[in-house]
Amino acid sequence: MSTADGSTLVFDSVGMVYPDGTEALKDISFQVSPGEFVTVVGPSGCGKSTLLKLASGLLDHTSGSVNIDRDRIGYVFQDATLLPWRTVQKNVELLAELHDIDAAERTRRAREAIDLVDLSGFEKHHPKRLSGGMKMRVSLARSLTLDPSVFLFDEPFGALDEITRERLNDEVLELFALKRFAGLFITHSIYEAIYMSTRVLVMSARPGRVIAEFEVPYGFPRDEHFRFSPEFAELSGEVSEALRMSYA
Amino acid sequence: MTDTQRPVDAPSSTPRQVPDEIAATSAVFYPAGGTLMQKLRLLVGPLAVFGAVIGVWYLLSWRYLAPLLGRDGGAEAAERLRNTLLPYPHDIVSESFLNGENLAELLGGLWLDVKLSFFGLAIAAIIGISGAVAMSQAKWVERSFYPYAVFVQTVPILALVPLIGLFFGFGFGARLLVVVIISLFPIITNTLFGLRSAERGLHDIFTLHEASRWTRFVKLQLPASIPAMMTGFQISAGLSVIGAIVGDFFFGRGERGLGNLIQFYVNRLQPEQLWGALTFSTLLGLFVFVLFGWLRTRLTASWYEGSET
Repeated sequence: MSTADGSTLVFDSVGMVYPDGTEALKDISFQVSPGEFVTVVGPSGCGKSTLLKLASGLLDHTSGSVNIDRDRIGYVFQDATLLPWRTVQKNVELLAELHDIDAAERTRRAREAIDLVDLSGFEKHHPKRLSGGMKMRVSLARSLTLDPSVFLFDEPFGALDEITRERLNDEVLELFALKRFAGLFITHSIYEAIYMSTRVLVMSARPGRVIAEFEVPYGFPRDEHFRFSPEFAELSGEVSEALRMSYA
Repeated sequence: MTDTQRPVDAPSSTPRQVPDEIAATSAVFYPAGGTLMQKLRLLVGPLAVFGAVIGVWYLLSWRYLAPLLGRDGGAEAAERLRNTLLPYPHDIVSESFLNGENLAELLGGLWLDVKLSFFGLAIAAIIGISGAVAMSQAKWVERSFYPYAVFVQTVPILALVPLIGLFFGFGFGARLLVVVIISLFPIITNTLFGLRSAERGLHDIFTLHEASRWTRFVKLQLPASIPAMMTGFQISAGLSVIGAIVGDFFFGRGERGLGNLIQFYVNRLQPEQLWGALTFSTLLGLFVFVLFGWLRTRLTASWYEGSET
């Protein structure tokens, strides 16, 4: 299910004021279509995470409108948020379970998702025995079981070391190429923002507004060459400058 | 794409959250794997301390107490006094544990206290867990009842015992009540804490997928509460033994538990059996502590970050 203009996620003049009067977001408008991967950078505390909570319905916006296919949201949080008492397999099955999908089908979907994130062989492990990167993969797999049409990422790899993070970036892009979902990815890293996306949004300090938008007109798959290309460096410079303005 | 540079079995660096004294005890009572030799080696320290204590005991009783008392009385009177104050360990063993009749008396008392603490703990568990569940599900239940839970905990049990005796007599039921009162609170607080311990992010997932209150309870809050609940049980199990013995001791009549026997032996100046009763009550307390520690490890070691594997 998409909205009238073919976008899967539409923010139209969305504003959000907390009950205590703090204005978190102001007049946010953008849309993400299937096959688009939009990243959002901004100063800390600017309401980036709030943006995803509004998109998913975890929080209610106070003005404007949000349009999204509510039944097929993938949402990866800052932490892997796994149930520690469940094995990898059972963790990945959780969402299908919450949606009352029958046991045989959810086992099948979980297997497939675990395979997609390269965790085959770890089905019986508990999260306790996994590294941080592997936990995030389980978290990804869990979302994949619902075949999301829109995938929200809330700084998912911020706590990981750089090598693991870059590897997971590639992995998410592979999934993106395969599933063609609409991606919305929050990060505080300019490089990650550019590497991952088809479009970068730069937000201002609170109340958060979108103050700049950059197309990233380079195809996928991307690799190290892209990361170290002059185009990448130039774009990084521009985004960085916009971000500096946002603090002003 | 697998990050193989990190060994799979390396646990992530989450801080361990077991209270120190429990973790330390665990090392002795539940040695983690290792060969028989390694396990035995862990016992060397505790056994050495035990030996030293027994040694000091003999030393005090034989080398210092006996000569001291012998100064201004007959040798026989001095020996009786020494035996009353600090009988030799081997006399305790032969009088309490090797004398069939005395042993039967002690075991009878022990059995009564075992039943008391077992049933008392079971009742406390049922009331405590249901109470904590109700409090976790509705704030008003917590606001209404929690203060009284604290109240029951803070009332000195010794002050309550005579009242309980007046109201309910001195039978099994009244003693059971003492056990329930003394062991209820840790189960309530720890279970409540456990039910609330699930991370915010996990709750968000259940919210996002519109899980019912029941689903959230069964699939998230209840399993998350198990480690804390088991810690509560472990504390309460020890308290339940104390409750059983305190109940006996202060009721001082009816069927004889270890508490009655302790008073009885004091009155009749039977120090060896007094120490025997003391040993049995301590062993009972130790046994339930170890039992529940084992159960906790059994239930949570495979997944709980704060639990030793």
